[in-house]
Amino acid sequence: MQLAFKEKILEDQHANFFMTIFWTALMDFTPVRTQFPTLTQTFNGYPLCYLDTAATSHKPQRVLNAMTQFYLKNNANVHRAAHQLSSQATRQYEAVRDQVMDFIGAQHREEVIFTHGTTEAINMVAHGLTQYIDSGELILVDSLAHHANIVPWQVLAKQTGAIIKPIPLTKEGRLDLLAYDALLKQKPTIVALSHVSNALGILNPIETLVAKAKAVNAITLVDGAQAVAHMNINVQQIDCDFYAFSGHKMYGPTGVGILYGRLEILDSLNPLITGGEMIKSVTFEKTVYNTLPNRLEAGTPPIAEVIGLGEAIAFLNDIPAIEKIYHEKELLQYLQDQLKAIEGIILYGAHPDNIGAVAFNLHNEHHQDVGVLLDQQAIAIRCGHHCAMPLMQTLNIKGCCRASIGIYTNKQDIDCFMTALNNVITLLH
Amino acid sequence: MDQDLFLQIPLDSKQIIELFTQATNWQERYRQLMLLGKQLPRLPQEQRTPQAQVQGCESDAWLYHCQYNRQHYYLGDSDARIVKGLIVLLLAAFNGKNTDEINAFDHDDYFEHLGLSGQLSPSRTNGLHALIKVIKYYANAQIKS
Ligand SMILES: Cc1ncc(COP(=O)(O)O)c(C=O)c1O
Repeated sequence: MQLAFKEKILEDQHANFFMTIFWTALMDFTPVRTQFPTLTQTFNGYPLCYLDTAATSHKPQRVLNAMTQFYLKNNANVHRAAHQLSSQATRQYEAVRDQVMDFIGAQHREEVIFTHGTTEAINMVAHGLTQYIDSGELILVDSLAHHANIVPWQVLAKQTGAIIKPIPLTKEGRLDLLAYDALLKQKPTIVALSHVSNALGILNPIETLVAKAKAVNAITLVDGAQAVAHMNINVQQIDCDFYAFSGHKMYGPTGVGILYGRLEILDSLNPLITGGEMIKSVTFEKTVYNTLPNRLEAGTPPIAEVIGLGEAIAFLNDIPAIEKIYHEKELLQYLQDQLKAIEGIILYGAHPDNIGAVAFNLHNEHHQDVGVLLDQQAIAIRCGHHCAMPLMQTLNIKGCCRASIGIYTNKQDIDCFMTALNNVITLLH
Repeated sequence: MDQDLFLQIPLDSKQIIELFTQATNWQERYRQLMLLGKQLPRLPQEQRTPQAQVQGCESDAWLYHCQYNRQHYYLGDSDARIVKGLIVLLLAAFNGKNTDEINAFDHDDYFEHLGLSGQLSPSRTNGLHALIKVIKYYANAQIKS
């Protein structure tokens, strides 16, 4: 009965639900945590308490092993030489494309493009869509967006004379759906959304947002950098044209990311990067581009990193999604509750359905002071504008502290953090 | 600007080092640092200008400079307490010094002695490096009278 309920929640995870859930994850996550060698360190005699997974996650040993094994055994360039080593490397590299396809529920393997990260993926789309947008046309951008999902659109707007309009937020920090509907009446050409806000952890009702945008024929891009590690992603269910994310935020290595694109529109993107691998034939008079996915993967790709990403997906797949979601939900709720109990704390957009992160300030204290004093106690959190300056302007703050969790986070981390934060408060008074 | 304001840090770097050697743990060091910061007069709003702002700090920090004869004097402020404390440490080291003394000052060694060398790593966003750079820039700029 409880399991059925859990499955229902899993289905509803894109919707906002305001119920209190009394459920403890069934699984013991201790063996998951012990797979992360970096987490056993100490600094100034304090055990490392890593609450900055939203910036980058740690990597399980098996991801490191997979990359080392690649260099030890299969190292060769992909798609090129006729020798066995190269075909082994190519097979391994292309197998990860299938893994990613399954992981995000894409329909075709050609819809999965390896990039260097979310930033590059969004740049590829913004650049690639140049021919789709004319002067005076509208690009809507989520006010929660990371700079990576703002600046490329500004560049596109500057080049084409298109206009950018932010989708405003409500007082609660959620996207203002009424304002969104009003903006959609102006028939935007492109709508750029975040799945989960990196600064506040707010989960957008992404399927609704995309459906509304599609109803006015807008091209949609969803920045999933903060979503993939924490929830089940199905791009067909979201129904967006593009979905971007980074390997390093989902227990994989840095230097690799994914651009998912719906086949037809992906195939029509003007390549941002040109050169080797992406061509079918080259003469000095005329070059014919290769087909997808190679057309959008010019140059030698980050092969070992792709292999590492594949292993990170295998790692995630080994943990029942429902357990992972509950484990993190429980922890985030605990973190929010503990913080709320502190006198003089300000939480920003802290809702029960948030994902992965909580943002706060201590009343009248600079976020940087809080960060430095926590760092003395080996608490790793992020303090600053979180690459979301427009959001900080909307909240009318210069910055804030953000604690974020991952699959290896445990209750002890949060207790450690709370003790340290109370020490900071004592020191500041 | 009121010139007397520039003379309000009564400590020198030796006294500062003495203060910090008494601190036995990080809590005491940072408490001391923030107490020192409190001695720094708050710059009035009209002096917290973009021109006086030091670039490269996560917090806002402002720095003013003046010169009497060959001696340089600085005045600064920040909206973060620790940076304010760091500014006091810098003023204690640099105020009343001439250009040669400022250029020769070994700030790495100074912060090492204070037990605050962790604050100095270039990846820190506290702006200590930026502040030192601006202090040295003023000391070496040709001052028009
Ligand atoms: C929501 C969001 N989008 C984009 C990015 C950029 O990702 P990357 O730096 O991996 O390209 C981040 C990472 O900070 C993010 O949190």
